[in-house]
Amino acid sequence: MSGPLLNWLSDVKQRYVHPSKLASKGVLGMNRRNISYISRYNPRHLYPLVDDKLQTKEIALEHGVTAPDLIGVIREQHEVADLLEMIVECPGFCIKPAHGSGGKGILVITRNDEDGYHKANGQTVSLGDLQRHVSNILAGLFSLGGRTDVAIIEALIEFDDCFTGYTYEGVPDTRVIVFKGFPVMAMMRLSTSDSNGKANLHQGAVGVGLDIGDGSALRAVQFDRPVLLHPDTGTNLFSLKVPHWEQLLSLAVSCYEMSGLGYLGTDIVLDRHKGPMLLELNARPGLSIQVANGEGLLPRLRQIEALGNKHKMNADQRVAFAREHFSAKR
Amino acid sequence: MASRKPFYLLVGLLFIAGVSLTLHRHYTYDIPWLPGEKRQTWSIEAKVEFDAIGKEVLASLAIPGTQPGFTHLNHQTASPGYGLSFTERENGGQRAEWSIRKAYGEQALYYRVDMLLDPYAAPPQPSTPPTLKVNIEKEPYSTAANQLLDRAQERSANPYTLARELIQEFKNQSQSAELLAQLKPQINWIVQLLQQAGVPARQVHSLHLEDGRRRQELVDYIQVFDGKDYELFDPMTGERGRPENLLLWEYHSGPVLEVIGGINSHVTFSMIEQEQPFSVALNQKFADNELLNFSLYTLPLEEQALFKGILLIPVGVLMVVLMRILVGLKTSGTFMPVLIALAFIQTSLITGLVGFLLIVGTGLMIRSYLSYLNLLLVARISAVIIMVIGIIAMFSILAYKVGLTEGMKVTFFPMIILAWTIERMSILWEEEGPHQVVIQGGGSLLVAVLAYLAMNNELIRHLTFNFLGIQLVLMALVLMAGNYTGYRLLELKRFKPMVEDK
Repeated sequence: MSGPLLNWLSDVKQRYVHPSKLASKGVLGMNRRNISYISRYNPRHLYPLVDDKLQTKEIALEHGVTAPDLIGVIREQHEVADLLEMIVECPGFCIKPAHGSGGKGILVITRNDEDGYHKANGQTVSLGDLQRHVSNILAGLFSLGGRTDVAIIEALIEFDDCFTGYTYEGVPDTRVIVFKGFPVMAMMRLSTSDSNGKANLHQGAVGVGLDIGDGSALRAVQFDRPVLLHPDTGTNLFSLKVPHWEQLLSLAVSCYEMSGLGYLGTDIVLDRHKGPMLLELNARPGLSIQVANGEGLLPRLRQIEALGNKHKMNADQRVAFAREHFSAKR
Repeated sequence: MASRKPFYLLVGLLFIAGVSLTLHRHYTYDIPWLPGEKRQTWSIEAKVEFDAIGKEVLASLAIPGTQPGFTHLNHQTASPGYGLSFTERENGGQRAEWSIRKAYGEQALYYRVDMLLDPYAAPPQPSTPPTLKVNIEKEPYSTAANQLLDRAQERSANPYTLARELIQEFKNQSQSAELLAQLKPQINWIVQLLQQAGVPARQVHSLHLEDGRRRQELVDYIQVFDGKDYELFDPMTGERGRPENLLLWEYHSGPVLEVIGGINSHVTFSMIEQEQPFSVALNQKFADNELLNFSLYTLPLEEQALFKGILLIPVGVLMVVLMRILVGLKTSGTFMPVLIALAFIQTSLITGLVGFLLIVGTGLMIRSYLSYLNLLLVARISAVIIMVIGIIAMFSILAYKVGLTEGMKVTFFPMIILAWTIERMSILWEEEGPHQVVIQGGGSLLVAVLAYLAMNNELIRHLTFNFLGIQLVLMALVLMAGNYTGYRLLELKRFKPMVEDK
């Protein structure tokens, strides 16, 4: 075999890891997530509850789970003209598709003045642009499979100041994986200029793994690579510690009772006044949270599966169990 | 969680059923594993010659059918001025019959048959033994013959050994044999004595096939029955069994040739050996048979061509499944790559790739303008479809003008799929940037090319078309892949940083 080819082969080999190493680390793969967790613990008929953000909002209201206020819903094309009427009272608001996925189609307006509506990244848009956006949502541009959709307009969340400096534009939210009612892993998602203000890790947001025990940072990654500082603000990410941690975990855990889904991703934001608020639920939470934590999900999931169904722990006990067993600082 | 046993059982059953169906087709119908295998066929021409005496003529020639070792493919005749019919006698013998109102002088009629050398040939009906006839012969022949038969019977145990010993006796007892030969030929005696001993037997007329031989005569063999089975015996040597390349021409106790209205009639044979691709041979073999044989070769040619394409789709689908589940490639639209691959088959790979990139590229540019128009989704997609048709028409005309007939082939692309691809790519571009478009578009194209390579493989085309059992195996593989919980190849790369830093 020729030299360059050998070099290339070893170079390729360098970039891949042996599966046994991942297995020993307990890393959950996409296939196993789909077969052993999502399809096993998430009954299909409950999906609409989380895929439709409007329904999620309704059940959240029913179960007393805090969520951002609903300003209005636009269901039909002819209602688009009523948009101004709905938002005239609110300085800041957020327009999102009920069936959007991966943060698609979410438009955040922080304030409006004579220049127009200011997006989170500083750009201004006109009312016409907003209406076009709503119209696109209704036509199904952002929904899975292009189905017609409805647009939700909800109140802007007033972020807790404690995250200033950790995020570049956008919403810093906390993703907690809740398995059978136990919070198993958590991370904070911080938007960057790469991610264009979005909090999705594959778009370039920074993921900060959080200790389930106290909500302090364990590790931070961007594009699946470890980072120390926030790429835009330069803040040391390891100094991050999420306040109201117990309250936040309780909120996440209550989503299990609320939705009935066994394997659930909860996205939570911290409001300055109202504390932790449920932003949305995800029945197919991604796997990047493992990279952000530097830990595999499998050992924790297995530990909870081993408890069986007869442990009779209530929500608080489950939080306590998780904080005790899944904390890195035991 | 429910037991996985029924699942594995199902997969196992599918797999076993698929493999055994495949093996069955290989061993029963002699369908080769590899494409392009040749089959030997023999073209045999019988030339019937006689002198017509000026009256109406009826010439009847026995013709061979499918028999162990040979499958009848087709036949034709050449006989100017003669009426022709193929008839079947009640004993099962096929005959070609020529007739003419008036004929003078030398006549020559030709009959040509193509026989496939086929170890798995299945005769339409089994050979029926002839009915036993007992002739009373006058003395001294009767005594001499009985003597031979008694000797042979003493040393034999069953019909076949009796036949062998009888032929042996005729060789050993040359005096008796010569005496008997005065009355009728030795072969007739042997058949008659076998019949007398209660063994159904008949004289058959057969042909030694040798490539390029002309003016060959039929040779006689004795067909001896034991129940439903039979064996052939050479009446001269007593050798048992059908020699290689021996074709039975007349084997229904009938005459080889009957001519009414002619004299000096005789028939001679010439033959050539041909090599034919097996698919041609099989097409002919299955063209007109009513075998309970689940083969696509029984379909008309046009439908066969259609199925050739359809049966390849599972291969492409399996490719997509493997790429997505085992490798973890992202594709835009789950099975879009398969459809693109099908188009590549029509256009050839390079033309297809260039055409695809040109169409999608141009489409993306025009689509970015449509974004500004603020249209409703359905209208926008429809606009994209019309646009794609326009692009395709433009490229076709352009290619034609320039003289690239290859370029015309872009019309094979599925337009609706292309329109959706452009739409998705465009949205992806707007939302996640060109990087994601390259990743997903590249993934789709890579899978499409792999699916194309698999589907365009001569061996795979051959296997999927000829062995329907393969489809069950593919099904089992897809089900197995659906149960794979291991890591994807790209995850090994993705999660590598997790393992590194400790």
